[in-house]
Amino acid sequence: MARNVYIVDGSRSPQLKARGRQGLFSASDLAVQSAKPLLLRNAALFEHIDEVILGCIMPGPDEANIARVVSLRLGIPLSVPAWTVQRNCASGMQSIDSAYHNIQSGLSDIVLAGGVEAMSRAPVLHNDQMVNWLGGLASAKTPVLKIKQLFKLRPAYFKPVIALLRGLTDPVVGLNMGQTAEEIAYRFDISRKQMDEFAVASHQRLARAYDEGVMDEVEVLYDTNGNCYEQDDGLRRDSSLESLARLRSAFDKQYGNVTAGNSAQITDGASWVLLASEKAVKKYNLSTIAKITDSQWAGLDPAVMGMGPIHAMTPIMKRKKLSIKDIDYWEINEAFAAQVLGCVAAWNTKDYCAQYLNLKSAIGEIPHERLNIDGGGISLGHPVGASGARIVLHLAKILERKNAKRGIASLCIGGGQGGAMLIERED
Amino acid sequence: MSKKAKTYKHWKLEYDKADILWLHLDAADSSVNLLSAQVFEELNLILNDLATDLPTGVVILSDKKDSFIYGADIKEFTTLENKGQAAAFLKRGHSLMNKLEALPRPTVSMIHGMCLGGGTELSLACRYRVMSSEDYSKIGLPEIKLGIFPGYGGTVRSIRRAGPLPALDMMLTGRMLTARAAKKIGLIDEAVPLRQLKHAARRFIMEEPKARKPGLLQRLANHKYLRPLVAKQIKKQVAKKARPEHYPAPYRLIELWQNYADTPGEMLRQEINEVSQLATSKTARNLVRVFFLQEALKKYGKQVEYKAKHVHVIGGGIMGGDIAAWCAIRGYSVTVQDQSPERLAKTAQRAMQSFKKKFKKDRRAIVAANDRLMMDHRGIGVAQADIVIEAIFEDVDVKQELYKGIEPRMKPGAILATNTSSIMLEDLASALENPGRLVGLHFFNPVALMPLVEIIHGDNTDETILQQVAAFARDIGKLPLPVKSSPGFLVNRILMPYLLEAVMMVDEGIAPESIDKAATDFGMPMGPIELADTVGLDICKNVASILSKTMNVELPKNLERIVKSGHLGKKTGSGFYQYKKGKIQKNKKIQHGNLQVLQDRLVLKLLNESVACVREGIVENEDMIDAGVIFGTGFAPFRSGTMHHIQEVGVAGIIEKMQAFEKHFGDRFKPDMYWQKLMKK
Repeated sequence: MARNVYIVDGSRSPQLKARGRQGLFSASDLAVQSAKPLLLRNAALFEHIDEVILGCIMPGPDEANIARVVSLRLGIPLSVPAWTVQRNCASGMQSIDSAYHNIQSGLSDIVLAGGVEAMSRAPVLHNDQMVNWLGGLASAKTPVLKIKQLFKLRPAYFKPVIALLRGLTDPVVGLNMGQTAEEIAYRFDISRKQMDEFAVASHQRLARAYDEGVMDEVEVLYDTNGNCYEQDDGLRRDSSLESLARLRSAFDKQYGNVTAGNSAQITDGASWVLLASEKAVKKYNLSTIAKITDSQWAGLDPAVMGMGPIHAMTPIMKRKKLSIKDIDYWEINEAFAAQVLGCVAAWNTKDYCAQYLNLKSAIGEIPHERLNIDGGGISLGHPVGASGARIVLHLAKILERKNAKRGIASLCIGGGQGGAMLIERED
Repeated sequence: MSKKAKTYKHWKLEYDKADILWLHLDAADSSVNLLSAQVFEELNLILNDLATDLPTGVVILSDKKDSFIYGADIKEFTTLENKGQAAAFLKRGHSLMNKLEALPRPTVSMIHGMCLGGGTELSLACRYRVMSSEDYSKIGLPEIKLGIFPGYGGTVRSIRRAGPLPALDMMLTGRMLTARAAKKIGLIDEAVPLRQLKHAARRFIMEEPKARKPGLLQRLANHKYLRPLVAKQIKKQVAKKARPEHYPAPYRLIELWQNYADTPGEMLRQEINEVSQLATSKTARNLVRVFFLQEALKKYGKQVEYKAKHVHVIGGGIMGGDIAAWCAIRGYSVTVQDQSPERLAKTAQRAMQSFKKKFKKDRRAIVAANDRLMMDHRGIGVAQADIVIEAIFEDVDVKQELYKGIEPRMKPGAILATNTSSIMLEDLASALENPGRLVGLHFFNPVALMPLVEIIHGDNTDETILQQVAAFARDIGKLPLPVKSSPGFLVNRILMPYLLEAVMMVDEGIAPESIDKAATDFGMPMGPIELADTVGLDICKNVASILSKTMNVELPKNLERIVKSGHLGKKTGSGFYQYKKGKIQKNKKIQHGNLQVLQDRLVLKLLNESVACVREGIVENEDMIDAGVIFGTGFAPFRSGTMHHIQEVGVAGIIEKMQAFEKHFGDRFKPDMYWQKLMKK
């Protein structure tokens, strides 16, 4: 009998836009600072954490098994194991899912799970020729050999490999992520205007959420130069269709519709949740935000990886016999406006549902006013390893504040996958 | 006959298979190893025996956990009545060190933990020194702090190993070195992690590598033609910190080297001569007394076992922020609360500067300290803290409101400590459900450098809480001084009349430079006017006006005026002095004239207020007044405190002078009534 799993609390850092230079915070800095208030609020649990799981795609060179680095920096007892998970854009959700399964099965009772990414610190690498040349230099034993090797150096060797760009390109189908979004826009006939409208709404919703003070999971971040960061700094309150229309296509040059304005921002950030078993909830008399009741991973064609969410959500809907109206709120990570709109369109299309999801009829349309109600990746950024944890946490917060019953958080995953998680509040 | 037959009280002999003698020092009835007369006698016997039955080599090591040898027993030092006795005492040490050095087998001092003074000299008499590189392993020759310098041959041998410049620097500053630093200057031969220490010691015995020699530069500096020049330069450096008339030892050490560096045998003999003279001088006796005063303060922290886990500081200003950063440096988990993230951002920035200052380039230590410190604008830390330290601005009502708000959220048994410098504890305690948990914990600025904290007990303060806070103070490396709650507590109260007297002199038209010189001539580390500027004239004025309500002090009009004009001292770029980029601009051309009266006026204020504090029983006894003024105000350590100074100068003479001043300058020089009691003692 699987055990119940609860989200007890959570926190996240403000998400800071990568601005063409290394951010002030490393991935572990972000994870440590944003977890500290969470752990302090729940100090009674501190000594009883069973494991720490952190999702991250590109930890820094000093952050091997970044979960352990962060756990130690937080002063979590040495005896508590920590491990890092990686499922590309869903790493943050993978960490919660792993925690969920371990608590369900009784292996753990209290787990600190989250995701982090410092995209601004993605490494710049030497190309293969340079690496081989350096290797040759290191193995040249005599001065003569060394000089010979020096003469072999060519200007082309200095061309760097930008790991971030490579990481955002599918190595199997050869499309970068923006191009997969263009592919979806093409298949579902999504216009530039629709995408831009979606993007404007994202900014407006996030601005409203901050103004209404419902973003209380965001913890202030402090650098050491006398600055503090209280909100996601990619928010553009002045975003408009006119301003977005001026942007050029970013991926399919000249003819494309996917722009920097209707895509997720490249940002740094960290998100955490504290999960507990029912036993722990009772034992420590914990208040809970929500219960995780299901999760699902799915695979699909990498060329349309943005459709991942519906491929992952469909089995949950079937398993739990849910229809659209049973879900109070939806969080679908905004990697690209085109991709979220594509998901909405596909579920509403009988053909797609029949051909790819093995359904007899369309599932129906996800109401826009129940989807990403406080903005998403387009307005607040998508630190790839962190977003999965962020949307689960924020969805739980939405359910709590709206006193709603059920929500689904889902995201698309580069390489052609989708992940989804069903959370509920008890009456 | 078996070598193992003899047993000793303090030493343990252990021979291994290679016939290396591992000579363990484990001073009986003591938690640390001191080189007492008994320890020396036994070592002497052991060395005598070795002469006829030589092992492969000898390794000297300590059996105390994580500590090597803390040096000579300073208590024995105080029993030396005259130079002759001191010389005999030192000669014994010299002959022992010479005997150890002359042993015709390799000898190794295996150092792990603290190695001070005589311990270092013993190590230097060995052929090799290997040392553990753990960060709590430190080596040094801090004798200068007691008004002497190394007297067991340490001057000659440290210079021989490290060369004159590093060795003199170490002896003149009394600085403790890490293994890495000690190896760099050649004081030790090897620095390795503890796990390799025995292997290293064994290797030196078995392989007998050639001793390292100081480099060319050091040999040049030691040359007789260059020495006078070098000595002059070093004296110049020393003069910035200590004057020959106050602290003769550094100058004598430099001269000893300058005169005798070419003849080590003579230098050793002269070392005995010089140190025995210094050791029995008034300066050294006074400084030794300061050492024991410090030990006495430390005892206040030992009455209870107490370890706080989390510290919450309210107020992220300079004091609060620095206290929080200091606690994080000392290993505590710390939250610091202020009204807004913007204010805390400055606190975080300042804290990082403190961490960098403390840990230099040790990035891991900096990150770790920073990770222990959390900016907490919501005040979550209140509920988790074992100690809440309040360091907000001085306002009774605001503090009371704050206390009412946080007390219900505090853990049961958690301590509420206030850093107030001028508000009576009782006035604050009345806001609390449990007034017993409130205690004063008065830090001095700059927190990282000032060794003293006043532990203030009000009428209601719980005795256990007091002892716990004192233990906490010790644990963060400070000296706790229990003080009764009364206006100004101890340090500010004694300091304030002195500062105001100085300010009054400025009003009389006397140059600040002359006033400050009168004080520094006496031995104060900084003149009163410069001190007032540094503390901030607004703060001085506040404290003074609070004190003036209860004490016989009047607020000089010029202080009021200068504060009103916005010249608050160093922090605003001008006060009584002008500052350029934070550097004081003193007029160096001033003709000072005779400063005796100025000096008397200033010092008498200090002395009279100290006497008043004794009468009121502000601290436990007269010694604690001395401890307070030395560690809290920097009062000339070589004079060993105000109360001790009174005894040295003579009560009657001081009363007479005060009465004369009373006639001339007015009421404020009226001797406290307690002087008469002192007279009778």
